[in-house]
Amino acid sequence: MNWDVALILSVDGLANGAVYLLAGLGLVLVFSVTRVVFVPFGDVAAFAALSLAAFESGRTPPTIGLVLTLALLAVVAELWQLARRREFARMPRAVLAWGLLPALPCLAAWAVAGRTLPAVVPIIASIALVVPIAPLIARLALQPIADSSVLVLLIASLALHFLLSGLGLLFFGPEGFRTTPLVSGALTLPGGFPVSAQVLLMIASAIVLSGLFYLLFERTLHGKALRATAINRVGARLVGIRPARTAALAYGGASLLAGLIGVLVAPVTTMYYDSGFIIGLKAFVAAIIGGLSSYPLTAVGALAVGLVESFASFWSGALKDVIVFGMLIPVLLLRSLLVARVEDEGEEIDE
Amino acid sequence: MNERGAKRRLVIAGTVVALLALAPLALGSFAVGLLDDIGIGALVALGLVLLTGVGGATSFGQAAFVGIAAYASAWLTTVHGASPWLGLPFALLLTGIAAWLIGTLTLRLDGHFLPLSTIAWGLSIPLLFGNVDALGQHTGISNIPPLHVGPWSLVTPQAVYYLIWPIVGLACWFSHNLLQSRPGRAIRGLRGGTTLLASVGADAYRVRLSLFVTAALLAGVAGWLYAHANRFVSPSPFDLRSSIDYLLMAVAGGLGQLSGALVGAALVLVVKNALQDVLPLLSARGGQLEGVAFAALFILLLQHARGGLMGFVSRWSRERIGRQPPARPVVLPLPLPRRSLPATGTPLLTVAGAVKRFGGLVAVNDVSFDVRAGEIVGLIGPNGAGKSTMFNLVTGTLPMSAGRVQFLGHDISNAPQQRIARLGMARTFQHVKLRPNMSLLDNVALGAHSRTSCGLLAAGLRLNRTEERQIFDAAWTQLERIGLADRAHEFAGSLPLGTQRILEIARALASDPVLLVLDEPAAGLRRQEKQALVELLRRLRADGMTILIVEHDMAFVMKLVDRLVVMNFGAKLVEGDPASVRADVRVQSAYLGVSA
Repeated sequence: MNWDVALILSVDGLANGAVYLLAGLGLVLVFSVTRVVFVPFGDVAAFAALSLAAFESGRTPPTIGLVLTLALLAVVAELWQLARRREFARMPRAVLAWGLLPALPCLAAWAVAGRTLPAVVPIIASIALVVPIAPLIARLALQPIADSSVLVLLIASLALHFLLSGLGLLFFGPEGFRTTPLVSGALTLPGGFPVSAQVLLMIASAIVLSGLFYLLFERTLHGKALRATAINRVGARLVGIRPARTAALAYGGASLLAGLIGVLVAPVTTMYYDSGFIIGLKAFVAAIIGGLSSYPLTAVGALAVGLVESFASFWSGALKDVIVFGMLIPVLLLRSLLVARVEDEGEEIDE
Repeated sequence: MNERGAKRRLVIAGTVVALLALAPLALGSFAVGLLDDIGIGALVALGLVLLTGVGGATSFGQAAFVGIAAYASAWLTTVHGASPWLGLPFALLLTGIAAWLIGTLTLRLDGHFLPLSTIAWGLSIPLLFGNVDALGQHTGISNIPPLHVGPWSLVTPQAVYYLIWPIVGLACWFSHNLLQSRPGRAIRGLRGGTTLLASVGADAYRVRLSLFVTAALLAGVAGWLYAHANRFVSPSPFDLRSSIDYLLMAVAGGLGQLSGALVGAALVLVVKNALQDVLPLLSARGGQLEGVAFAALFILLLQHARGGLMGFVSRWSRERIGRQPPARPVVLPLPLPRRSLPATGTPLLTVAGAVKRFGGLVAVNDVSFDVRAGEIVGLIGPNGAGKSTMFNLVTGTLPMSAGRVQFLGHDISNAPQQRIARLGMARTFQHVKLRPNMSLLDNVALGAHSRTSCGLLAAGLRLNRTEERQIFDAAWTQLERIGLADRAHEFAGSLPLGTQRILEIARALASDPVLLVLDEPAAGLRRQEKQALVELLRRLRADGMTILIVEHDMAFVMKLVDRLVVMNFGAKLVEGDPASVRADVRVQSAYLGVSA
């Protein structure tokens, strides 16, 4: 390996790291608000990428069918619950929130599909299309068990990933797609070294978005409500924050991040219905480095994962994932050496 | 259980075994092959029931452990031509080392680090199998030799069946024995938290690690059987998805019972087979629907029937078949050895200049006192005086910022909790820490943990009968001492809170302590119960027990103690006998706010 190769790998690594940074933020967001380790995160990203690919080839994205199916199920679940509690007055609102709201991006996507429009329109449509997915599946699968232990939620979340990837195969088929770059051209670094504009776009978006994320969390009332729920669900409820609503907000935020990731990586990687999982999992490695709670440490972790991955792929393409997951060993070792005496309350799973 | 109940259980077990033994004669090869798969799946699920259902941890990498064992034995027998029987110890060795390694890394951390790491683990191992030349890459290893017993070679599903199911039976027997033993009670205590186990002298981390390795070894046995029954291994049956299937088996069958593993494995594999037959008729994409259907079923199960099938069955049988519990055995074993109690009046516990700071807050500020053998000392003070913090410093629950604590001549400042417990200091908890789903007797028997030594293997093989009899003898004695022997077989969770506190004292006594440290034992007790507790503690003192008691019920304390240490604002205010403390102006002003 010489310096040129190392430089190329580093830039690649930074681009990967940018993706893991965004994904890691989404995962920490969901975990800290709902205690759910949101494994299906990557699947949502893959669906965004595949939707964009469908737009580009002039087809109507199958995502519309997926979202509408989920919305229908969510409306049924919501109405059933309200009917059992005899709260009929709240039914129209539930239909609006869980049925019509998710249908709006579907309508937009349907209008956009098959037309020649500026490139940015289908991109926005793709992102908007996947935003309802995480809140909907969380409403269906996770909200009924929201008060269970982290362990039960994690098992459910992993099952949910297999459910989504199965649905992905049904709706999108087994073919892989790659979209056209959002921006073309390259920038030449001092020293005559070219960096593609797409990579720069990825890095820049990660920086801008994580900055926005920070502002949102630290400076707005909604952000503070999210943090309050994360710290103490009961306490948050006492001051008038509804955990179910903050959870939906967190899932929506995560979905939005996933959508952005999807359209950012689609031009540089061929995406299949199940490609998202591995992206999400590497972001988990980053989030674990951040202890599943610290945003800045997660960012550092994401960059480390990105760099290790790109150098590992130079060494052995087939084993790069194993090497990235192997990073967990020193991280966990360090954490378990530094950890103070933890008093964890028992987790009851079968009661 | 009474005799009728015991007979009924024996009949049920006998019928099941007989049916299983005869099954291959009545069924075709396909069905027997399915039964073989169920047996292998049940072994893995059994490990998960122990780990997840009993121990409260989980692993998404069990299929990877199955894979390590399968590949290890496959490699040894094909590349080196070794006997498949040699493959078993080799496979178990590798699986055990792998599990020990990943357990050491993650089990000290918060609950969710283990499962998350096992996801990465479960994903990496099959990837590794698929990329190593010596392991045949993605095509795997074929032509693995079958097992031989004497002149017979176990090639047909029927022949392998008679190897798999005895092993499954053995594993169930082992696990059942394990749960009804000293290490088993510690495992069942895991979900009560690290502090609970430390208070009986057990190291929760080591208990958890041994449990994790045991579960992995069960998966290892399954992997070895898989390799030599199918005689072909490739990476895909060991991927993350298969791990989820194993977990699904355990949850569907019921994580609360060992039988859940068998029932769950049967349920999942039969449904899977049925789906594979039915779904293609419904849709051309039947194969794809299968995964969706299974995932959806799993989520519904978690939402509505988390106890699994055997959870329903056991609830039903508990309601329908009332059991007459056995009384205390008449033949008494040699009792467990007792500690020699120090002579009355010798200093037992000496606290010198104890300080505890939480950031800028000084909760305990330079407190010194001592407790002498044979006396009851009360630690009292108004709310926020630092009593509970002091309690935690003495028992080792919190590390001290400065100062020294000596117990029986040992320096125990900042010693780990379980070491202090093992030296002979037993404690109770202000917020009761009992295992609600264990019987009173089992809860008290857990207290005798540090007096006994039986390990996991000996317990599983039932080599611990004498020690178990001794432990239960000690537990019965303590239950009789506190007057709860007639309720010995009820669940601890069914007791009212006040009685639960008394039960905690019995558990503490079961460890044969020199010093008993009680954290607000009278809280939540009615008048008569308090009187009974006073008498119990006086009796204990008469037997030579030393007691340190943190309490805020003045009437209760004044009746009982020989000496009082009064704390206020983190510092020691006064020390003396009840009468002089009651008369002390500083104490009066601390409690009543009267200016002196």
